Amino acid sequence: MNADIRPIRTPAEQAILASLGTVPEGGDRLADLRRAAARSFEENGLPHRRVEEWKYTDLRALMREAVPVAGTAAVAEAEARARLLRGVEARRIVIANGAVVPELSDLADLEQGLVVTTFSAAVAAGDEALSRLGGIVPSRYDASLALNTALAKDGVVITVAPGARIERPVHVAHVFAGASAAAMYTRSLVVVGAGAALTYAESFEGPDGLAYQANAATEFVVGDEAHLDVVRLQEDGASAFHLATLLFDVGRDSQVHTFTFSLGASVARTSLYATLSGADSHVGFNGASLLKGRQHADTTLYVDHQVPGCESRELFKHVLDDASRGVFQGKIVVRQAAQKTDGRMMSRALVLGDEAEMDNKPELEIFADDVQCGHGATCGAIDDELLFYLRARGIPMKEAQSLLVQAFVGEAIETVEHEGLREALIERAESWLAARA
Amino acid sequence: MALLDIENLHAKIDGEHGKEILKGLSLKVNPGEVHAIMGPNGSGKSTLSYILAGKEDYEVTDGTVTLEGEDLLEMEIDERAAKGVFLAFQYPVEVPGVATMTFLRAALNAQRKKRGEAEISTPDFLRLVREKAGHLGINQDMLKRGVNVGFSGGEKKRAEILQMAVLEPKLCVLDETDSGLDIDALKVVSEGVNALRSPDRAMIVITHYQRLLNHIVPDFVHVMNQGRIVRSGGKELALELEANGYAEYQQDAA
Ligand SMILES: Nc1ncnc2c1ncn2[C@@H]1O[C@H](COP(=O)(O)OP(=O)(O)O)[C@@H](O)[C@H]1O
Ligand SMILES: [Mg+2]
Repeated sequence: MNADIRPIRTPAEQAILASLGTVPEGGDRLADLRRAAARSFEENGLPHRRVEEWKYTDLRALMREAVPVAGTAAVAEAEARARLLRGVEARRIVIANGAVVPELSDLADLEQGLVVTTFSAAVAAGDEALSRLGGIVPSRYDASLALNTALAKDGVVITVAPGARIERPVHVAHVFAGASAAAMYTRSLVVVGAGAALTYAESFEGPDGLAYQANAATEFVVGDEAHLDVVRLQEDGASAFHLATLLFDVGRDSQVHTFTFSLGASVARTSLYATLSGADSHVGFNGASLLKGRQHADTTLYVDHQVPGCESRELFKHVLDDASRGVFQGKIVVRQAAQKTDGRMMSRALVLGDEAEMDNKPELEIFADDVQCGHGATCGAIDDELLFYLRARGIPMKEAQSLLVQAFVGEAIETVEHEGLREALIERAESWLAARA
Repeated sequence: MALLDIENLHAKIDGEHGKEILKGLSLKVNPGEVHAIMGPNGSGKSTLSYILAGKEDYEVTDGTVTLEGEDLLEMEIDERAAKGVFLAFQYPVEVPGVATMTFLRAALNAQRKKRGEAEISTPDFLRLVREKAGHLGINQDMLKRGVNVGFSGGEKKRAEILQMAVLEPKLCVLDETDSGLDIDALKVVSEGVNALRSPDRAMIVITHYQRLLNHIVPDFVHVMNQGRIVRSGGKELALELEANGYAEYQQDAA
């Protein structure tokens, strides 16, 4: 095929292109980034199955509807809808329809060393922190991220000063509170200074009936000897699209742990890009997806070991009920300089539904010679012997399945260090199981 | 009425060419009785215990099994447990991620619910488990761990008896509970089992060796071979088997 022949634009692509027309002109760096991102989308459009990274998640085929960019949400509506992680003691910031709702956000009385502003305010003020934005560039064009860069309206910008250890988690609660389907683009930036510590949580939710689109990207810049825990809970509405990008740049001797929990949306794609640019750090990227009906959830992970002595651990669990589909793609790259790298990646799927499907694609790309790396993937039904054992003690079938599924997912959730968040995630898993019983 | 009544039970491995394992087995067990079933490896002892518990790998082709007059074979696995059937497994599985306490509580409450009884309160449950566990030398750490995870062979068997003690079944089926136990562990386990003997509880003790029956003294001993009970007697039959082995019965069957 001639490279110049572009496929016909889908209605969704046309709507996005129309939105791109609104990317502001201007001379600053962000505007340049936005224009470059818009241009790359114009050239490439939505990714389809012939694009390697999107092989199992053909966005062009899946996302057909054109939806306008979301308008401002009513405060009362946003407040009523922001339910996730409410029981966790945290500094809460509510983003509704893609914009921070100041009335619902706790932006005052910041701890010493913590700065929290909105993305829109940072852009308007030409905030210095934004110079870090766009610092982590995926090796290949990523449509979801490009659209986010071009169109992001709001989000949060968090800076933790060197040495500041912030005890109370910061929780950014994203909600869709519109009356008809719309698209939201949010961009956040979290800069954790040298020797600083932060626990950051984000949640996503919205009504079941609307095919709204949530596109959220968060960049994490982690300094030397810093500590960052990220917990992400995605429970977007059953008809929604959820496109997420998490980008990490990790300095020396740091600890970064993430847990991404996907339960919602009709189609969800979570891409994680991590660049380990400082030696001797320890990162753990873990997560779980609990899917039912015809849900589709894709987690794609790219960990780039650029320097020596880092340890990375990845553990992802999928529970697939009904005719749902899970995708895990994980790639660990170990550059020539990254000697003594220790990288281990594991993906496990538990298939409950007769028509459910799992696609696992773990990869290692190693250019250094003195490394320890491994990956594994398993996929299977609940062990009959275990089920029989539980049932033989009087536990009915559904409850026995629930206990075993909970145990399966629990192994991953256990990696969440913050007790309140960990318990909240366990509660979400239990509630998912209770709904299926 | 017998507690358990097995009549001419025939069963085969499920599937088109599954081989027949039980070939006309009959056994009546009354409340309060302890029956020992002995027999060479491969005679079908575990198969019998699995069929009583409801394992789905077997197909009953003939015969009947009733529990207090009700058709046991028609009952779901969990229903049998709620009605009082308990199998102490020959090889208890490990259940990672499900703490023993959680598991015991789920089992006890599920059984109570099915019987129309109220759930046990947390303090009552903790007291119950602590007391029973103490007698069996099972410590708090083991109770917090995943069911049987990292337990030694002996610990697994003790954990089975703990479950039995907590669930208080009417019919206990013990499948080679003595295998893999040293003499001290055997004592602890046997004492645990004996503590559960009562006029309204019956036991079927499956074993390959007479040794266990010195500790758990049976009312009846049955010899099983090739899917049938080929001889029944009192406890002295166990001693005779110990002295002479199973060769005589195996030849008879051949
Ligand atoms: N699930 C099964 N699949 C195939 N063969 C089986 C199965 N269960 C038992 N058997 C066979 O049935 C026979 C009886 O086994 P089992 O009941 O375990 O005997 P025992 O407990 O007396 O040693 C053996 O030959 C065994 O190999
Ligand atoms: Mg056996």
